[in-house]
Amino acid sequence: MSIAQIKISGLSKSFDGRDVFADITEVVSQGECLVITGPNGSGKTTLLRVMAGLLRAGAGSVEYFLGDSVIQGQGLKRNLSLVSQDLALYDELTALENLHFLSRIQDCHFSKEELAQRLSQFGLGGRGNDLVGSFSSGMKQRLKYLHALLKEPKFLFLDEPTANLDEEGVRLVDEIIKSQKRDAIVVLATNERSELNYGEKTLQLGL
Amino acid sequence: MERKPSSLVYKGWCIFSKDLKSELRNRYALNALLMFAVTTLVAVNFAVGQFGLGEKLLAALFWIVVFFSALSGLAQTFIKEEETKTVSTLKLVASPNSIYLGKLTFNIALLFTLEVVIVPLFFLLSNVGGANLLLFFGVLILASLGLAAATTLIAAIVSKAAVKGALFAALSFPILLPLLVTAIRGTELSFRGEVFMSGFSELKILLSYLVVMIVASLMLFDFVWSE
Repeated sequence: MSIAQIKISGLSKSFDGRDVFADITEVVSQGECLVITGPNGSGKTTLLRVMAGLLRAGAGSVEYFLGDSVIQGQGLKRNLSLVSQDLALYDELTALENLHFLSRIQDCHFSKEELAQRLSQFGLGGRGNDLVGSFSSGMKQRLKYLHALLKEPKFLFLDEPTANLDEEGVRLVDEIIKSQKRDAIVVLATNERSELNYGEKTLQLGL
Repeated sequence: MERKPSSLVYKGWCIFSKDLKSELRNRYALNALLMFAVTTLVAVNFAVGQFGLGEKLLAALFWIVVFFSALSGLAQTFIKEEETKTVSTLKLVASPNSIYLGKLTFNIALLFTLEVVIVPLFFLLSNVGGANLLLFFGVLILASLGLAAATTLIAAIVSKAAVKGALFAALSFPILLPLLVTAIRGTELSFRGEVFMSGFSELKILLSYLVVMIVASLMLFDFVWSE
């Protein structure tokens, strides 16, 4: 089995001449969790988005490895998942339609029964044919987790992972982070004190 | 779970069916297109219909209606993704070219739906007699494909801007001008009832425009789409 690794080298990002973060260097290996923390506006979400390839870095680079090979482009997309408040699912589609669309486009094919079973595991049993627009924010968050884990990612990025979740949802996220740490790399951006404990490595922004 | 690599075309089809399903449920773009097209067509007909306009003016009027309706509706496909915050989700899962293909197919379907409504209405209201329908539909299909190809790329560019409507019109005009002029000329010939071969050079220009626009879009879309 290929071991996953992320190498961040001299990563910087600025908006309109204002540095959001500068010269970040870190190496994270499979089995580790990197916690990014810092006050509001310190660039936690921006760093996650740069790492996920949603924003271009001002300087520096982020490299992803599976074994000895660097993965990028579609290969990286197949192995990377991001759960964030800024990433929405399609409100006009049902939960099953969302999962079906998002998994098919990433070359993962599931039967309706498999997806329905996964929905039950995430506390959304029987809601597969409901429009996502009718879901509460907590239910949407659960569905985002389900979508993120469907492709069994090697790199799981979580932005404020327990936002909008009830007690049971928080427990579910706790289980997800612990189980993902075994087979993948988890990077999470948070201000919650309890979530700092997940990290083998911590990156403090805004200092 | 079964991991099976799919082709670019299949992924484009997935995006198209997602957009189509979504559009059929909320009619976000279709209503804007149809309302604009029908009201403009009827209003112009009431205002100048009794003057018996010539073929040149009729052709220009037809394409003005199609062009401005396209401007009001075709940009919605990307703007909606931005407004509903699904754009990052899409960026994370799909390749830029599959997104372009999916959105292009959706815009073509939207434009053809619009034309299914406005072409019969136009012929009914404007009293075009003896038109060469083969030439007319040849020009209509090629020009519509070119229009959709160009507006899909422009829509992706403007979806990130603050003043989307104004920028879309400003960017579209110079890019679409050659297409519009050729389409108007070809349509005028068809309204005059000229033989098919008389509009052959217009059809060739429209086909070339379409090919150039699709190839350029596939090459540029990655840069437009990232960030």
